[in-house]
Amino acid sequence: MLGYIARRLLWMVLVLWGVMTITFFVARVIPADPVGAILGPQAPPEAIERERERLGLNRPIYVQYARYVLDLLRGDLGVSLRTRRPVLQDIAQFFPATVELALSAFLIGIVLGISVGVVSAVYPGRVIDHASRVFAIVGLSMPAFWLGLLLLLGFYYKLGWLPGPGQLPYWMPRPPRLTGFLFIDALLAHDWPALTSYLKHLIMPAFTLGWISTASIARITRASMLEVLREEYIKTARMKGLKETAVVMKHAFKNALLPIITVVGIRLASLLEGAVLTETVFAWPGLGRYATYSFLSIDFNAVVGVAIFTAFLYAFCNLVVDLLYAYLNPKIRYV
Amino acid sequence: MRGLTWRDVVKHLFRNPLSLVGIVIILGLCILALLAPYIAPHDPYATDPINKLQPPSKRNPMGTDGLGRDVWSRVLYGTRISLWIAFLILIISGTLGTVIGIISAYLGGFWDNVLMRITDIFMAFPQLILAMAVAAALGPSLTNVVLAISFGAWTVFARLARSRAIAVVQEDFVEAARACGAGHFRLLFVHILPLALSPVIVQGTLSMGGIILTAAGLGFLGFGAQPPSPEWGLMVSEGRNFMPHAWWVSTFPGLAIMITVLGFNLLGDGIRDILDPRMR
Repeated sequence: MLGYIARRLLWMVLVLWGVMTITFFVARVIPADPVGAILGPQAPPEAIERERERLGLNRPIYVQYARYVLDLLRGDLGVSLRTRRPVLQDIAQFFPATVELALSAFLIGIVLGISVGVVSAVYPGRVIDHASRVFAIVGLSMPAFWLGLLLLLGFYYKLGWLPGPGQLPYWMPRPPRLTGFLFIDALLAHDWPALTSYLKHLIMPAFTLGWISTASIARITRASMLEVLREEYIKTARMKGLKETAVVMKHAFKNALLPIITVVGIRLASLLEGAVLTETVFAWPGLGRYATYSFLSIDFNAVVGVAIFTAFLYAFCNLVVDLLYAYLNPKIRYV
Repeated sequence: MRGLTWRDVVKHLFRNPLSLVGIVIILGLCILALLAPYIAPHDPYATDPINKLQPPSKRNPMGTDGLGRDVWSRVLYGTRISLWIAFLILIISGTLGTVIGIISAYLGGFWDNVLMRITDIFMAFPQLILAMAVAAALGPSLTNVVLAISFGAWTVFARLARSRAIAVVQEDFVEAARACGAGHFRLLFVHILPLALSPVIVQGTLSMGGIILTAAGLGFLGFGAQPPSPEWGLMVSEGRNFMPHAWWVSTFPGLAIMITVLGFNLLGDGIRDILDPRMR
């Protein structure tokens, strides 16, 4: 197991180096005129020359690359041109909101997805199975940003049951910032009104983001369960006179878990992607919205920072899933 | 595809009601896209400020938007954009991926390793973030959306083409062709490529839905088509501000995206079921 972990870690280092190189290429080589993007089209030539000098753009490309890698290794992501603060500080500020949103969405996805999938597999071909399959494929086809808008229209504008965009109403003071996680901060401050209001604000974005995961988790759960339920030992368990729930949950579900974990892991990583769209729709002050605004204003330091940060997270999620997988299925460790 | 011919696949597809629905949706959309100028009741760009934000009616079946443009005509023209973009992305990323995949399999050894590790690294990026970064670097436009998504989408095709080509490379007929004096280029593109193509085409169908969603997402965020283009994602975004009192402006273009993606997902599901009977 140790050797396997070491190999995986080494591979992750290599991936991160590759990611750094690709982002360098995207930020420094593709744009025809990075300085023009910063200073605007009407900048005088001297200013452009000074800015090129300052950014080191007049050096040979390999010198630029070396400087870029060294800066990154020191954890220096540069200063955002839009917010005029270090990019790392920006990421640290906006990331907690995304984590809270993604984790709640993830929870919704797992609980709903697995229950729908299991029920569907236990009654294959029945109405409930067809209904859940239709639900899964429609869910996968729905643009998240559109679903979010429809929910806002229905539950906020028309019915008024749930609060609108944002994390708290504008008149409610935010609990003192200790961890950056609003949920934890509100708990620590014993600020119950803020906590309940925040949870209400969280429902729609979390559901929007969780919806896609629900669909794909339901689908793989159904497939995996169907396969396991056909095995001989399930027949044996039934013949022993075990209750059907015990057969399904203890004997079948546990063995159907491996492929489900893979999909769950992939979904966890891709929640980041969905977060970009969901946060934009719900004005959620997270990393996704920060990414959209920085990318749109061609804030290259922020682009590089966010891209590398998300790729790092992505790689980390994949690593965790792989290790979990190897732990559950010893055959993998020796490949 | 273990002993299945293309004819078998088509036969199965037409027997499966869900994939049949998918085929009907896709064909219908293609017809709408082709006939858009003849079906559309209004000019999709013609503004009419007096009739802005009108609810659906006989004159405007999907209502009018904030500038008084007919939403139904715009949705119709949007079909052309979405299908065309998705098709271009598929062609570009499919070609790029397949070529990298078969070259990797053909060269083998060290270079195979290098090319596949590069593929893995591209896969380590969240697709949407990578596409956003490239679109930001190139500047927002429809052409750049195609390039930006293709920049990350080729990896799946490279892996599939490689895994298929690895088996083909070892076949006797490849050796025979080489003995007859065929060069690298001829071996790769005349002898290996045709046999490595079928998994790529299947994956292409499976990927279409995701590609359309990503493209619409980029449009919605502002990285894609610019006003006054009737691109669906952009239309949903433009309608956002009118949501409380004019729901139709955003709802119909979003519905169009969903139906299109659903069509491709249903077809893809049908194909997957045929290839992998366990999912049935």
